[in-house]
Amino acid sequence: MNEFLLASAGFILLTVAAGLVRVLRGPGDVDRMMAVQLLGTGGVAALLLIASATTAAGVADVALGLALLAAFASIAFVNAGEPGDEADRLDAPEADGR
Amino acid sequence: MSVLQILDIGLAVLVLAVAAWTIGARETFGAVVGYVAYGLLLSIVWIRLFAPDVALTEAAIGSGVTGVLLVTSGARLKAAGKVDAIATPRLSLRLSAAAVAIAAAAALAFVVLSLPAPAPSLAAEAQQGLAATGLGNPVTAVLIAYRSFDTMLEKIVLLLAVVGVWSVASDRFWGGAPAPLGRANPDGALVFLDQILVPLGILVGVHIFWVGADEPGGAFQGGAILAAMWMIAMIARVSEPPCVSSRRLRLALVAGPAVFLVAGLAGLVIAGDFFAYPAGFAKPIILFIEAFMLLSITATLPILVAGPPRRRSEP
Amino acid sequence: MKEALDLFSIVAICAGAFFFFAGTVGLLRFPDSLSRLHALSKADNLGLGLVVLGLLPRVAGLLDGLRLIAIWALVLLSGASTAQLIGRALRRRRDAE
Repeated sequence: MNEFLLASAGFILLTVAAGLVRVLRGPGDVDRMMAVQLLGTGGVAALLLIASATTAAGVADVALGLALLAAFASIAFVNAGEPGDEADRLDAPEADGR
Repeated sequence: MSVLQILDIGLAVLVLAVAAWTIGARETFGAVVGYVAYGLLLSIVWIRLFAPDVALTEAAIGSGVTGVLLVTSGARLKAAGKVDAIATPRLSLRLSAAAVAIAAAAALAFVVLSLPAPAPSLAAEAQQGLAATGLGNPVTAVLIAYRSFDTMLEKIVLLLAVVGVWSVASDRFWGGAPAPLGRANPDGALVFLDQILVPLGILVGVHIFWVGADEPGGAFQGGAILAAMWMIAMIARVSEPPCVSSRRLRLALVAGPAVFLVAGLAGLVIAGDFFAYPAGFAKPIILFIEAFMLLSITATLPILVAGPPRRRSEP
Repeated sequence: MKEALDLFSIVAICAGAFFFFAGTVGLLRFPDSLSRLHALSKADNLGLGLVVLGLLPRVAGLLDGLRLIAIWALVLLSGASTAQLIGRALRRRRDAE
């Protein structure tokens, strides 16, 4: 049973990693980000499978942390991908003294 | 070849391929996305090497916070139109950088591969000393008990980084606040996500900090998660980056290293040596120090991402 | 009884792995960003959900089981919200063109 769990963890991981080809091809920034998000979710699944298969402590906590951090990274990347507002421009007259 | 070996080879090839993309990508955004994927894969590699503490730190800092820092800076540079002004380094410079990197990697590989089996290790001694500290996690014992001085210096390095980032501000904005991290009219979905995710994330961050005494975790990993939650709140415009002159902010930033240093000096008086802990009382002191380290890391990382002050403080 | 639970786990985890596979195929083969987003959220919900379902019988205690479900609920929540954000961003970009 443990071998099956580890094998399925490996299968899921390699499958979502194949999706990383999207990072290469694009065509937009959003597509690249979605591929990494898929990698994150696959990573959480693989970690949960590994946590159940091995006796190593703390792997489930790593999966929990990874789920939160993947959400954080996605939010920040969507936020950065948008065109900025006028007031945030670095060379707006009020912002940059140089 | 066993399943595990196939997995390991697949992971290694993947890591190299993603690293190659990250270096070769033309656009900043694409390169940073590759970097985050690289960090995620490395985190899985650490799990495979039975190091959950490092895996969590890699996912949190190496992949999450650093990725967000890079992409935020890249977006600001792009908005200012300064991206085209950056000159691409000459080919000779890039080739020498590649040569140095290859030489360093080859030296490391040679050293690792020529280690005797079993490789020399201090793991047994580290385990034996655990009973005296009262901790169950040898990684935490190494960080806060065996080489506590190094860890304190690392926190001071974080402080220096903050000073360095703030010093880039122009004079007339000194004392003001950094530009907001989020857009002006955040989506309702974003605010909703913030309202639900952040409290849960705070719970998880504190849990990982607390559990770090006996299981994988600790102040650094918990602090990184808490910092990520504060940054989500800033992106959703529910919270704003504080003014650099704010006394509370500065107190939060120095609290960690300061408490650490005081504990070390107190060890001189109470336990007879710099950074010694009194017998039987080590674990409460360690947790006390870690709590303030948690506060400092939670404050420092978002401040580093928010950047130097770019608007005048309110009079 | 234990064999039945093991069989249930195996079936659920295989189904979950299939949905991850389907999600990747969708991400690579669908024609435009919005449909790829659709494929992505299927992997998030069903892929991880079925894997968690398959792991629940193996759990050591109630709290561990709750943690598994909490992880899935977290990924579900953040996946759905980020899909909203990405969708709106894509539509704004398309309207701007």
